[in-house]
Amino acid sequence: MKTLIKINNLSFAYDKTPVLENISLEIKENDFLAIIGPNGGGKTTLVKLILKILKSKKNMISYHIEDSVIGYVPQNTNLNLDFPITALEVVLMGHQVKKRRLFGYSKEDIECGMHSLRQVEMADFKDYKIGSLSGGQRQRVFIARALCSHPEILFLDEPTASIDVKGQQDVYDLLSDLNKNMSIIVISHDISVLLNYAKNVAHVNKNLVFHTLDKISKSLSNTSEHLCEVELLSALGQNMKHECNHEH
Amino acid sequence: MLEALSYDFFQNALLAGLLLSIISGVIGSLIVVNRITFLAGGIAHSSYGGIGIAIYLGLPVLFGATVFAVITAIIVAIITLNNRNKADSIIGIMWAAGMAIGIIFVDLTPGYNVDLMSYLFGSILAVSYNDILYMFVLDVLLISIVLYFYKEILAVSYDAQFSSLRGISVKFFYTLILVMAALCIVAAIRVVGLILVIALLTIPTYISLMYVNNLSKMMVLSSLFAALFTIIGLVLSYYYDISSGASIILVSVFSLFFAKSIEKIKQ
Repeated sequence: MKTLIKINNLSFAYDKTPVLENISLEIKENDFLAIIGPNGGGKTTLVKLILKILKSKKNMISYHIEDSVIGYVPQNTNLNLDFPITALEVVLMGHQVKKRRLFGYSKEDIECGMHSLRQVEMADFKDYKIGSLSGGQRQRVFIARALCSHPEILFLDEPTASIDVKGQQDVYDLLSDLNKNMSIIVISHDISVLLNYAKNVAHVNKNLVFHTLDKISKSLSNTSEHLCEVELLSALGQNMKHECNHEH
Repeated sequence: MLEALSYDFFQNALLAGLLLSIISGVIGSLIVVNRITFLAGGIAHSSYGGIGIAIYLGLPVLFGATVFAVITAIIVAIITLNNRNKADSIIGIMWAAGMAIGIIFVDLTPGYNVDLMSYLFGSILAVSYNDILYMFVLDVLLISIVLYFYKEILAVSYDAQFSSLRGISVKFFYTLILVMAALCIVAAIRVVGLILVIALLTIPTYISLMYVNNLSKMMVLSSLFAALFTIIGLVLSYYYDISSGASIILVSVFSLFFAKSIEKIKQ
């Protein structure tokens, strides 16, 4: 399969504190990669480096696709829920307008936004204030915003944080559907649900260890159905310093 | 009311109030959704420094206030973009320093005896033709800027990180919002004064937030509320011979209380 992004020996530090060391990773066409790891392990930093929100040293990351086809759904925990903006307007933020109008959106812009909303089954909510939607519905709108730029690769940072179990399942079902046409890279702690969908797992804790789905399946054959991150890594032969607080 | 309308000074006051209402609805909405009320308060109070310097140098007062407020807005933007943790302390210092500069320059002005209270609390009934012209130009300028950059301003105000990723300059538009707030504040000096301006910029928008689902509707509804409060406040100030700025603000506060009460009862 075609390689879309290749990371080669990437290291990064905030001031003098190293966060990532010698990371190498290839993101391929139609991949569904789960990036897991402890808080502060460098998962979000890695994605921000790939997205060029943070700057890395030259030639550490090579891109075989245009910047404009890289979609991103950031963690949206700090957004103002009282903000007067509709679901459709949020989606249109992701749309690259070709011809500038003095005010408002063209029919073409709106059709693009509506197409993205239909893809995530949120078209009926286009005029709803974003803060009035449930966590799961809001996340669908943010995914639609990323889809508006017609991405070939979609990064999502904790897409199911603060969403109930049914909502989480719905979001991953949607991502699985989208994965038919694009690569999906998800940072998440919800690995028990995520592993039903991911094809590969990258564990990031300063360094990166890559696991394929086959290896994970074989390793997990003897573990419980609802597993946590520590149990997964233990099954894969890795140790983590923090303890599992998962209820079985 | 008809009797009051026959006086030139009242017609001017009404026109100035309506011009200010349009602009305060638009810019006030941006101040509220960006949660920069304290920053706008700092800019408003520090612009008193510009008034003092203008009086000392014999320049038009609104010119002095405009230059000082815009410079303050740019400084505030740089500080908050680079050092958010210390922003509130620094803005507090600028707030006080601006007022102190204004007071000292007025003290140093030989033979100066103009009523300074009119700049602090407004004196809409003393609005001149030039003031109205100045407000009209500011209205046209600011509304044109907001209309042209509406999508960028909306995006930066709602989600700065995503906007940055889409290639929108967050620094530029954040600074632009603060500069527009500074210009709006200067326009409001004659109507409600520097002390009360923040109330006029925030109360109508705070009420309209309860009834709208997007920013453009919020701007329109806020302008209508601001116009309504200004007219009622002006009429009350004429008939009861009370300060116009203060009565406009109290009408706004009472309306906010009324709207919130109705919302609570509905729930």
